[in-house]
Amino acid sequence: MCRLFAVTSQEPQSPMMAIQALDVMREGHDGSGVGLFLSDLGGPFEEFKGAPVLSGIFSNAGLKRLDQFMMNIGFMTKYKLSIKVPKGAPPSGAPRRDIYLIRAYEYPEEWESLSEADIRHRLLMIRLQLRQMGEEEGDMIVFSFWPDVVMIKEIGDPMSVAEYLQLDRRELYARIIMAQGRQNTNYAINLYACHPFFIQGVASMTNGENTAFIPIREFLESRGFPGYMGYQSDSEVFTHILHYTIYRLGLGIEAYKHIITPLQDPDLEKHPNGAFLKQVKHSCRRLIIDGPNCVIGCLPDKSVFMVQDRKKLRPGVVGGKPGLYAFSSEICGLDAAIPDRDKSKDFQPMHLDTAVIGPQRREVTLWSQTDSLPLLH
Amino acid sequence: MVTNGFIAPSSLSVKDLPWQVHWSRDRCTLCGRCTAVCPVHAIELAVFRKRAVQPVLGLKEPPSSLFQVFYGIRQKTDPAYACIGCAMCTMVCPNEAIIPVRSDEADKLRYHVNRGGQPRRRGGRRNMPDGVLDRIKFTRISMLTDPALDAGRHEFELRTLLGRILPPEDSLQLLKDEGWIPPVREIYPLIIGGMSFGALSPNMWEGLQMGVAYLNEELGMPVRMCTGEGGCPPRLLRSRFLKYVILQIASGYFGWDEIIHALPEMKEDPCAVEIKYGQGAKPGDGGLLMWYKVNQLIAAIRGVPSGVSLPSPPTHQTMYSIEEAVAKMIQSMSMAWGFRVPVYPKISGTSTALAVLNNLTRNPYAAGLAIDGEDGGTGAAYNVSLDHMGHPIASNLRDCYLNLVKLGKQNELPLFAGGGIGKRGNLAANAAALIMLGASGVQIGKYIMQAAAGCVGSESDRCNVCNIGICPKGITSQDPRLYRRLDPELVAERVVDVFLAFDTEFKKIVAPLGRSTSLPIGMSDALGVDDRNIAERLQIRYVV
Ligand code: SF4
Ligand code: SF4
Repeated sequence: MCRLFAVTSQEPQSPMMAIQALDVMREGHDGSGVGLFLSDLGGPFEEFKGAPVLSGIFSNAGLKRLDQFMMNIGFMTKYKLSIKVPKGAPPSGAPRRDIYLIRAYEYPEEWESLSEADIRHRLLMIRLQLRQMGEEEGDMIVFSFWPDVVMIKEIGDPMSVAEYLQLDRRELYARIIMAQGRQNTNYAINLYACHPFFIQGVASMTNGENTAFIPIREFLESRGFPGYMGYQSDSEVFTHILHYTIYRLGLGIEAYKHIITPLQDPDLEKHPNGAFLKQVKHSCRRLIIDGPNCVIGCLPDKSVFMVQDRKKLRPGVVGGKPGLYAFSSEICGLDAAIPDRDKSKDFQPMHLDTAVIGPQRREVTLWSQTDSLPLLH
Repeated sequence: MVTNGFIAPSSLSVKDLPWQVHWSRDRCTLCGRCTAVCPVHAIELAVFRKRAVQPVLGLKEPPSSLFQVFYGIRQKTDPAYACIGCAMCTMVCPNEAIIPVRSDEADKLRYHVNRGGQPRRRGGRRNMPDGVLDRIKFTRISMLTDPALDAGRHEFELRTLLGRILPPEDSLQLLKDEGWIPPVREIYPLIIGGMSFGALSPNMWEGLQMGVAYLNEELGMPVRMCTGEGGCPPRLLRSRFLKYVILQIASGYFGWDEIIHALPEMKEDPCAVEIKYGQGAKPGDGGLLMWYKVNQLIAAIRGVPSGVSLPSPPTHQTMYSIEEAVAKMIQSMSMAWGFRVPVYPKISGTSTALAVLNNLTRNPYAAGLAIDGEDGGTGAAYNVSLDHMGHPIASNLRDCYLNLVKLGKQNELPLFAGGGIGKRGNLAANAAALIMLGASGVQIGKYIMQAAAGCVGSESDRCNVCNIGICPKGITSQDPRLYRRLDPELVAERVVDVFLAFDTEFKKIVAPLGRSTSLPIGMSDALGVDDRNIAERLQIRYVV
């Protein structure tokens, strides 16, 4: 079973904190890969907050192609961190790579006049283009191209991979860290299938199986939005549904839960926003998830959240103290990361709950689906 | 004696008939029930003569022939009276003295059932017992769903939507702007398809309606039933039960006067309006209620004289084309109920279904599309239509669904599939397969007749005399002597049994697949079939 861990902290934390939490939860199970999402970055990247950061894995040839490509479209490197792999053999399972690249760019001059939505769109298109170039030649894998976001993914046991790549370095400290130790499940091993998934500021990772994958994928793919692609994993759709909720429907995180796991009719009838929610249920019916899933995600405003499937068949807990909170698929992970918290305040979201920690990290906000919705936009 | 007797080309022997009636002289009490019940008068009480040599004891009189007479049952061999194998005679016989047995070879009757130049016309079904649906398996069992979903204990929401569903962006915008949002009904995905009041006997109709009402009001299952063409009893139109009813209008417009007149007095809107363009059993043909069944009540509801055949034309003759018909009919029907009732067409499965579908996607008032595959039943049709025309439902439905996917409109326009679902008894499996191929719900007709009323007809041409008003079970007859055989209360009970059992079986299929809160529409990754061509055609997995 996949293990999930996310932390949101006032002070930048080392990615190792999350990896260690994963390791505690491991209990001898398979850990066929690890994925890291870092945002609200500390370290040197903090100074380049607005600049788009590219993260991915490149061969030497790929790197050359990348440079050429970026130069052609007018992007200048501002800062870069390349993790050159150490001489020794990589941990078992992990292929030998040339370079793990994290690079902050300066926007081309002509982008300055662009609207925010335009920039969003163009960044996405560049990432997709790079991904496609990489798939053609097999020389680059691109995880994200977005301001204030770093992503690292690799096959192999999370702890060994982290040690091998020396992830405990200052440059990678971040205030939001999402990590997943992945058990390879449904589909072939492919780094694009590795959680967390990311699109335009929206990231999520999931623990479980999405049995409604095919119809949901068909729906998303038919939206005519170029970013809804890939789907090497059945969980990637969770990220895209969230993206769809925010950017296409203009709804907030509190609606997300209503979209993926709508209330049943008798409950809707009693609900203060029943008419609206019924409409959401009907028109978004194709986005209803059905598998057992615990979803942890990060929003563009740097809130971190957790929701559960309709039956709450997967474990998940949130806890911490003001300034430092974590979400974990198992309590031992939380214990390892924040041992000195008030454990009586730990919260395990149930089938109606959404737990959110806002960018201030002062408290855990809880919504029940039966609550009335905050003012609709 | 002349050697050629009276043998004409159409003289048949009992051996030439599809069914031979075996009668046992030893058991028969000559009560006459079998001959009384036989719907086609295939058997009659007969006098048989027998000559036997009976030597007398003693020497006084010489041995001589003795002529005896005895009474028994004779099977007629006139093609007009051929036994239809319904086995009603067996059912009423107190001594199990009589039973129809299917011939051990292909019958010769089929060459002679066109007397007077009239090809055979029958009610009921195609004579093809097989089909693709039964070959589909559910292969994607969700092992990772741990703990597994339990069909018996977990909550399930097996509902489907009938009505045009707007893309989320549009629908939320309209909600904000207080614009018109098409009406949508949440219903149970197993629908009782259109069988008219006229095709069915009043007892059958009442039984079905009672069963549906019980399911809705006592068991909370939103089951819906379609009227078929021919209107609706006036009291039902003015009752609160109308909301469980899908009103059908077809090209004969039978019964619509009554419906329109009842409009101001309706307490509830009907669930939906179905416009019939075709039926799977005889695509391209109109409806036909043969004169045998047009009694006074039917005549009154339909607004016609009694005792005449009622053919509906194959097209809506006031319209120029199907595009126009669909657009205008849908719009005017919607308008009649103030745009509060979903209106959708029903067509027969054919390779031109896609054209109709594409049209509907551009029509904002279209609420869905029902497709009736070749295995659909009918009140009356020519043999050749029943057996040889039409398109199998599985691939027709699949094509339509994938087309919608391509347009990004899957489930915006719900597809309802019908035609032979459960014809071999596997109702839940067939329905689940169609839903995973892309149907939003399925319609059944023959199945419910078979299960709820004990229709004895079969896909191998047993009985199938629904068209001529002599249904031996009283299901499709308008003759009170026959329909009195059918107790509406018992039919209602069986309807409830069928739906509850379906519900359990359906859950037993979807739960292991990890689905419980949304109907697995289009979940084609769960399906497999043991034929490469079928797999390729339906775009599902090939498994052996
Ligand atoms: S099986 Fe039916 S049709 Fe045949 S003799 Fe018996 S009652 Fe008549
Ligand atoms: S029993 Fe009645 S409904 Fe069934 S096939 Fe025979 S005539 Fe038709």
